[in-house]
Amino acid sequence: MTITLNTQPITFGLADALRSAAKLTFTQFKLFLREPVAFFFNLAFPVLLLLLFGVIWGNEPGSSFFSPAYGYIDAQTPALAALIIGTVAFMTIPIATATAREQKLLRRFQATPMRPIVYLIADVIVNFAVALTGMILLVVVARMVFGLRFGGSWMALFAGFTFAALSFIAVGYVIASLSPTSRVAQVAGQVIFFPMMFLSGAAMPLQIMPASIQSVAQWLPLTHVVRLLQDLWFGGQWNTTALLVLSGMLVVGTAVSVFAFRWE
Amino acid sequence: MQPILEVQNLRKTYGTTVAVDDVSFSIQPGEIFGILGPNGAGKTTTVESVIGLRQPDRGQVSVLGLDPQRERTALAQRIGIQLQQANLADRLKVWEALDLFGSFYARTVPWQPLLEQWGLAEKRDTAFVNLSGGQKQRLFIALALLNDPEVVFLDELTTGLDPQARRNTWELVQEVRAQGKTVVLVTHFMDEAEALCDRLAIIDRGKVIALDRPAALVRSLELDSRVIFESDAGVNLAELRALPQVSEAIQNGQRVTVYGKGDGLVSGVVKQLEAQHTPFQNLRTEQPSLEDVFIHLTGRQIRE
Repeated sequence: MTITLNTQPITFGLADALRSAAKLTFTQFKLFLREPVAFFFNLAFPVLLLLLFGVIWGNEPGSSFFSPAYGYIDAQTPALAALIIGTVAFMTIPIATATAREQKLLRRFQATPMRPIVYLIADVIVNFAVALTGMILLVVVARMVFGLRFGGSWMALFAGFTFAALSFIAVGYVIASLSPTSRVAQVAGQVIFFPMMFLSGAAMPLQIMPASIQSVAQWLPLTHVVRLLQDLWFGGQWNTTALLVLSGMLVVGTAVSVFAFRWE
Repeated sequence: MQPILEVQNLRKTYGTTVAVDDVSFSIQPGEIFGILGPNGAGKTTTVESVIGLRQPDRGQVSVLGLDPQRERTALAQRIGIQLQQANLADRLKVWEALDLFGSFYARTVPWQPLLEQWGLAEKRDTAFVNLSGGQKQRLFIALALLNDPEVVFLDELTTGLDPQARRNTWELVQEVRAQGKTVVLVTHFMDEAEALCDRLAIIDRGKVIALDRPAALVRSLELDSRVIFESDAGVNLAELRALPQVSEAIQNGQRVTVYGKGDGLVSGVVKQLEAQHTPFQNLRTEQPSLEDVFIHLTGRQIRE
């Protein structure tokens, strides 16, 4: 028996890498859609909250805590978009990533020539797409059911949403990477996220809270997402404090998660 | 011939535990090379160091002329890996797994014939979570062959398979080698190593304690064969022990086991029994196997 060794160099160029990143992204997105629990919490739950608030408070002009031209739903739609960002970053990403590591899904990828950065990029794209889909759903439902009003620029809102989502997602991978087990990731995500959910204005307006809670809220990152998106929604300025807080999260979160990411 | 894989003085520790201690071996192209040893002996750590998943503390490793640490990605393009512990996403379908993993490689073989070959054609649209243990295992082997690799690493290939599925898998491994691929087989099954491997390294407590062809290992130690029979009457063991071919004779109830060497062992025992007028039934002989080699070398059974 003669064995001929293949001596041709194998080249895997940038185009090949992009093709495999695209395939991984598409596959991960399909897998997300097959996960009923994640689907519910990320996409259906915020819409249900929106419908509930709309039934309770309506959307008459003046029913918001902002300009008399806007109603309750007009102000809470960007706030619920912030809630989606928090859910994806602090619940979905830590649990999914730590579980994939625990079940040795990442181990199998590690045995292929795919580089970790490709996996991370694909995962970020999928989670961002989920969050964006969630916001679009909110806007469509609020428009159809409650005659949603919008006073800003859609481009600016998209830019602000993207920036906030990427900052939060970066921190989500930090939680995922530092958690030894999926159980810890879940608890850590909940401990961070649940207070924020109620105290940041994402689920209910901060304006109805006592002053003490409002001052605590300034220290919660999600409060700044709510403010950034509401300001952009009403056609106001980019909130500088929010931009600073989110920039810090993006830089630190990305650096730490790229450094701390583990396949196993 | 230039070895396709070379390991020299490999050492890997986890904290104070020495998992792999000064392991060396080399593998020729086209071989089925076995790494045999009990659980926890350091087999998987050795292989994971060889394929670049672990960084050894010391030693040189070269696979296909590449350094698994510095040239991990280039090496991963040319080898196939079936890991002992790995999983796919529960809801990922069989065809999606092959399609996805195929995209990571510069050169791939079409996956439909692979599915046929490994008996998964009908499971094409089945989610990973709904596959049986054997089907999952075959899918992992198909994934390992997807990039037409030159060296295939199979770690505990048949663990969890039923006897029929194990035999089928052995045949397929031989087919893989017939295609000109080099196979590195990690196993704790003696019969598997004996049936498949051209050469093997026996690893125990992080060290290579034997390295040769299975038959040569068995022969070189000049281990005793066994003649086993049953008898209702009293057997004169002393007279059996007195035979020059016999080293030991033991009776356990009706069952007598005579240990010894040489071609004359069976005839010597039978003649002696006839001379004693001792009736006997169910006489058979057992040749020394790898199991005996392992016990001889370590003083232990491989599974304990």
